[in-house]
Amino acid sequence: MEELARIVPYFGTHNPKAARSIVIAIMLLAPIAALGVGPAWVRILDFALLYVMLAVGLNLVVGFAGLLDLGYIAFYAVGAYTWAFLASPHFGVHLPFWVVLPLGAGFAALAGVILGFPVLRLRGDYLAIVTLGFGEIVRIFMNNLNHPINITNGPQGINMLDTLHIFGWDISKRVAITDDFSINPLLFYYYVFLGFVVLSVILVKRMQVSRIGRAWAAIRDDDLAAKAVGINLRNCKLLAFAMGATFGGVAGGLFGAFQGFVSPESFSLMESIIVLAMVVFGGMGNIGGVIVGALILSWLPEVLRSYAVPMQTAVFGHVLLDPEILRMLVYALALIFMMLLRPAGLMPAHSRYSKPELVLGKGGKGAEVQA
Amino acid sequence: MIKLLEARGIHKRFGGLQALTDVSLSINKGEIYGLIGPNGAGKTTFFNVLSGAYTPESGEFVFSGSELPYGEPHKIVQRGIARTFQNIRLFRELTALENVMVGHHTRSTAGLFGILLQRKHVREEERLVTERAFELLRYVGIERFANTVSKNLSYGDQRRLEIARALATEPQLLALDEPAAGMNATETSHLRTLIETIRHDGVTVLLIEHDVKLVMGLCDRVAVLDFGKKIVEDVPAIVQKNAAVIEAYLGGAHA
Amino acid sequence: METLLQQIINGLVVGSMYALVALGYTMVYGILGLINFAHGDILMIGALVALQAINFAQHTWPHLGALPTLAFGLLVAIPVSMLMGYVIERAAYRRLRNAPRLAPLITAIGVSFLLQTMAMIIWGRNYYSFPQLISTTPLQPVPGVYIAPVQIVILIVSALLMIGLTVLVNRTRIGRAMRATAENHRIASLMGVDANRIISLTFVLGSGLAAIAGVMIASNYGIAHSTMGTLPGLKAFTAAVLGGIGNLGGAMLGGILLGLVEAIGAGYIEQFSFGFFNSSYQDIFAFAILGVVLIFRPTGLLGERVADRA
Repeated sequence: MEELARIVPYFGTHNPKAARSIVIAIMLLAPIAALGVGPAWVRILDFALLYVMLAVGLNLVVGFAGLLDLGYIAFYAVGAYTWAFLASPHFGVHLPFWVVLPLGAGFAALAGVILGFPVLRLRGDYLAIVTLGFGEIVRIFMNNLNHPINITNGPQGINMLDTLHIFGWDISKRVAITDDFSINPLLFYYYVFLGFVVLSVILVKRMQVSRIGRAWAAIRDDDLAAKAVGINLRNCKLLAFAMGATFGGVAGGLFGAFQGFVSPESFSLMESIIVLAMVVFGGMGNIGGVIVGALILSWLPEVLRSYAVPMQTAVFGHVLLDPEILRMLVYALALIFMMLLRPAGLMPAHSRYSKPELVLGKGGKGAEVQA
Repeated sequence: MIKLLEARGIHKRFGGLQALTDVSLSINKGEIYGLIGPNGAGKTTFFNVLSGAYTPESGEFVFSGSELPYGEPHKIVQRGIARTFQNIRLFRELTALENVMVGHHTRSTAGLFGILLQRKHVREEERLVTERAFELLRYVGIERFANTVSKNLSYGDQRRLEIARALATEPQLLALDEPAAGMNATETSHLRTLIETIRHDGVTVLLIEHDVKLVMGLCDRVAVLDFGKKIVEDVPAIVQKNAAVIEAYLGGAHA
Repeated sequence: METLLQQIINGLVVGSMYALVALGYTMVYGILGLINFAHGDILMIGALVALQAINFAQHTWPHLGALPTLAFGLLVAIPVSMLMGYVIERAAYRRLRNAPRLAPLITAIGVSFLLQTMAMIIWGRNYYSFPQLISTTPLQPVPGVYIAPVQIVILIVSALLMIGLTVLVNRTRIGRAMRATAENHRIASLMGVDANRIISLTFVLGSGLAAIAGVMIASNYGIAHSTMGTLPGLKAFTAAVLGGIGNLGGAMLGGILLGLVEAIGAGYIEQFSFGFFNSSYQDIFAFAILGVVLIFRPTGLLGERVADRA
């Protein structure tokens, strides 16, 4: 929260309390503003929040523990398909969200441990490639487990997924207030997702400033020294994978409920790379940074999309760069330019893994932090 | 004199190179014990075997009466042996305070659920660990850098930080790998005082050093390695006069 | 189901193509310790540029004949790919020589993405049919075994290229410089080797080989499109790791082996898994092998130096 508050112009540095209120106001009012432009924009916001969850989860693995996971989207897939199996007509099972979401998270965590075990001893580049392979293997399975027994329905995916029902209230239905005014369900999804995102951030922050977070940072900085100080590398790395996967799994379940169908296409290598781009762009290791990175990189392509087509038609007479290509271009350039010009990301990690105020007092001696 | 650590017949080879041959020595509780020898004699290899980074071909360590496990560094730390590194391995992006707090990892118990739920005992432990880490920074004299990222500290302060971090693991035996390397006379004398204080406070110290004056003045007993073999183990006065030792350092096949 | 001999032939053909691409990966990794994620996309660029050139040739000189047209396509595609490889190294990777661990790999991923995007801008996302200028009509030298002329050409050309590269690296001055730079580029430059030039040369050579492989793949399967490089690229990397990354012979061996495993595996997998898995799981072989090799024998079959970058 403090990190987000700091970037608010002027207030960020002069009046943190006000900055914080501004951030909260934006968080609560954004969808209503977007609705004013058009419901499609609220939908984009909803997806953006899902990406934020994914980025926060991946940041845990890549930014805190230093493990470059290129197959992260597999956990999103596990969560989504769990929703598809347990809350849709596919198997005829319709469990409520408070059963399916935790189960999806649990399966994703299990997948994280399964992935983590064999890659424990691998370093940087190799770790990345093997995790990439894992992600692809999951996708290939999703794509092909439709015979001899049909589990995943193959490339067509599974549709007619149950929507989110909270205490009997189906949040995908419009709520009529008066005869000609009703609330768009996209708004409800926004606030539900916002709740999950806030919860995720709180939990991740707690892990960051704790024994676990410090152990991860130690492993990231120098794993030989980490061992020499008594850290059990295996357990800590597995925990990182499992926890990161958990967030992906929850996001996946929400995605399934929101979109209403799942298919292997949504879980390709490109999606893993997109989430990575958000983490890298925003600032690896910095929760606030990756949130901003995720928001910018999920919005920018959409903004371009709505301007690109008419603008190009006006200038060139036809569309040179279709929106999909623009989207890819944004991510490619984000990755390349960040790495070349500002590898620490938009908001470099001044992440702290301790509460020095416990011993120093607010603004005490030696309170400067140099990054 | 209680034996704290006993090394029995340690053999270690790397491919064609026999790095350690039948090395046996014993360290008494409360001692400051020096391990010296020319470059390449196997001192750091001995450390690495002891700390679990390498597995010996044969031989064992007996610590406080029980055998130490092989090849699992974090278990060695749990048992009570901590080490520092010849070329300082700090967690560079973490602050000094955080580095020492990491040292507390084995001795603290906060687990995933406790942390996620921020239960009372976890918050208490976090406070205690933070305070104890600060105390250790004060102990080695760098408390004013508590919130400074460790890569920005001076060389001498980094060395002291590494010692503080090792002390955070609450060891019975502290193994220091060339702690005086790169230090001038003043810094070395501060280091000497620190080591004596550490011993005074109940931690046994094992020391690899090249600074012969420091070793001879500080250590209760000294072992000399040459070409992977122990050639003598005794009090400094006697070791200094030992012919084989003199030959190892001055004459013979290597400089 | 085809005979074992047939599968072996198929495997050798695919394997040689993997080998050509694997050489590029292994040379770059050997010198820079970098996995050039974008290498597979150079393959794609080679194929699409060749396609463009061939279309042009067929349009402008319709009576040129199949082989010369193909040769023209290659003559255009190879230099373009080499140039791309050179530009990528100079613009992106050179600046990251001393960067923290993950930066070069992440940049490489970005470059790969960028190449695909550029290809999509120029050629769109369609699948194009690649003219099969060398006949794909199978011959039957031995009953039960079919091999098409294009496959024969692939085998011969690959073999020649691999021999040529081996000779270059082992018997020439430049080759010696390359080997020295791979060992330790700082020391090599102290010895008078212009490490930067050698590194550029490595990228250029690798890209050229990739372009040829790209044309081969396109000719063999008759299709070219903007994402055709990703999967073969990953598989070729697996081949390089399997054979021993940094080791040229290993890349060639790994490529051939991987091709064989894929072909034979796809043929028998249904039998061995009681019908549960079928040949569309073929791609998993490569990833599974990759995982197994890296975990249990990271130095690969012909295990050599593994660069210390982490």
